[in-house]
Amino acid sequence: MEKLIKSVFDPQLIKKDFPVFKRQVNGKSLIYLDNAATTQKPESVINCIDNYYRKHNSNIHRGVHTLSYESTVMYEEAHKKVADFIGAKDWKEIIFTRNATESINLLAYGWGLHRLQEGDEVLITIMEHHSNIVPWQMLRDLKGIKINVLGVDNKGNLKLDELPGLLSEKTKLVSIIHASNVLGTVNPIKQITQEAKKVGALVLIDAAQSVPHIPIDVNEIGCDFLVASGHKMMGPTGIGFIYGRQNLLEDMDPFMYGGDMIEKVTLTESTWNELPWKFEAGTPNIAGGIGLGAAVDYLENIGLQNIYNHEEELLRYALEKMSEFDWINIYGHKSDSESVGVISFNVDGVHPHDVAGMLDEQGIAVRSGHHCAQPLMHDLSMDYTARISFYVYNTKEEIDLCIETLKKVKKLFG
Amino acid sequence: MQSESLDYILDHYKNPRNFGTIEDADFSYEEGIPSCGDVIRLDLKIRDNKLDDVKFSGTGCAISQASVSILTENVTGKEIGDVISLTDHDMLEALGGQVSPIRFKCALLGLTVLKKALAGIKSDS
Repeated sequence: MEKLIKSVFDPQLIKKDFPVFKRQVNGKSLIYLDNAATTQKPESVINCIDNYYRKHNSNIHRGVHTLSYESTVMYEEAHKKVADFIGAKDWKEIIFTRNATESINLLAYGWGLHRLQEGDEVLITIMEHHSNIVPWQMLRDLKGIKINVLGVDNKGNLKLDELPGLLSEKTKLVSIIHASNVLGTVNPIKQITQEAKKVGALVLIDAAQSVPHIPIDVNEIGCDFLVASGHKMMGPTGIGFIYGRQNLLEDMDPFMYGGDMIEKVTLTESTWNELPWKFEAGTPNIAGGIGLGAAVDYLENIGLQNIYNHEEELLRYALEKMSEFDWINIYGHKSDSESVGVISFNVDGVHPHDVAGMLDEQGIAVRSGHHCAQPLMHDLSMDYTARISFYVYNTKEEIDLCIETLKKVKKLFG
Repeated sequence: MQSESLDYILDHYKNPRNFGTIEDADFSYEEGIPSCGDVIRLDLKIRDNKLDDVKFSGTGCAISQASVSILTENVTGKEIGDVISLTDHDMLEALGGQVSPIRFKCALLGLTVLKKALAGIKSDS
């Protein structure tokens, strides 16, 4: 089956699975190049959520009636799908959250708040999304921990030679982004994890920008935690997850307290439910979780390696075409290191907001702004940029149309 | 956007009117949009309850910069009371009424800053 799909891999056919591409934007067929912000949803995910609400809707873990049982099984099954997708040994190592940001907050509160002490150090990189910076600043202010930052060179790669100097027995956590949502750079997380392990630090991988695009195996990486957002991998908004090593999750304190996360409650004390429910307090996003499971099914059906190869081809094509024009300034992509399909750029003399606005008039969706990574932007002397980011349904023809429009933008403003 | 309206905005973007600062301004106010980075500062000189001189500075996209340029032209010499009663609709009309709702935030930043500057005048007097 997989071989068959590989042989007929065709983004135009894949596009037909996504209802949004039937619509027009400003009188033009939608060209969606803002996949690093969020991805479109296939019919199967939309139908899955629709089907859940029409036929099964009920609360989980709370009843013996048929609907409750079905909902519980479907929700647990979604955890299993995510676990298999990233190579986790046990589905109890998967905790559903709202998104990657909430996942990191859960770890900052559940692990960091109780396990870190004054003088302990957390190492991040300057490439981080705000979601992997601000929670640690909260812990710095609350607990007196120190945040160390690994920088990037002028090619957009991490300065790995500086890594050993930033690691010591004081380093309790290394929390790093796998693929940059600004530069597209894929960081050597396996190597960094090995270095971190030498000093006994735990490793947290922010995989929000990589899980949808690159085959991932948490055991091969060797990390302790990995987080991602469902909506960036064809799933619905409002659902994300944490992978955590079972012994660490068992040792951790809860993040939120209340319903469903308990084993036994008296008026004076309570004990905690088993994994992963200990960390999923209250009625969770059941439909969202089940929808994420459907998204994983869809991705696995296409094959992550196929997705990666297609995006790699689009990326190379776009970089080659865009570099023909000296008025397009591309950030990053200045070395042969591995990248995902993200290109941040500026058009000389045109504010990125205006670039995005003019593209929108042609039905082309791109992002403009600081991409929730202000420290990186500042470090690379980037003010604000436009950004195009690919997914499996994009085509070379769409890139051509985008560049044709950029030429018109340049002419109009130039 | 129709080309007439776009040309008008591009003209103000490329040739901003009243761009600069006023050294001895009576009131100044600066505000930005954190999500997109646009920043506008307005310096005001008041005489006889009228806006005698208005200068703006800042950075941002064509819509935000053109709209504040147009705004300064429209309010210079006007009574403060008249300026305070300007509505968002007035501002969008002044831009040609063609700005898409997606860009309203950009288009209205200048007016917001001006009104906040004038609020400073009212509370001082």
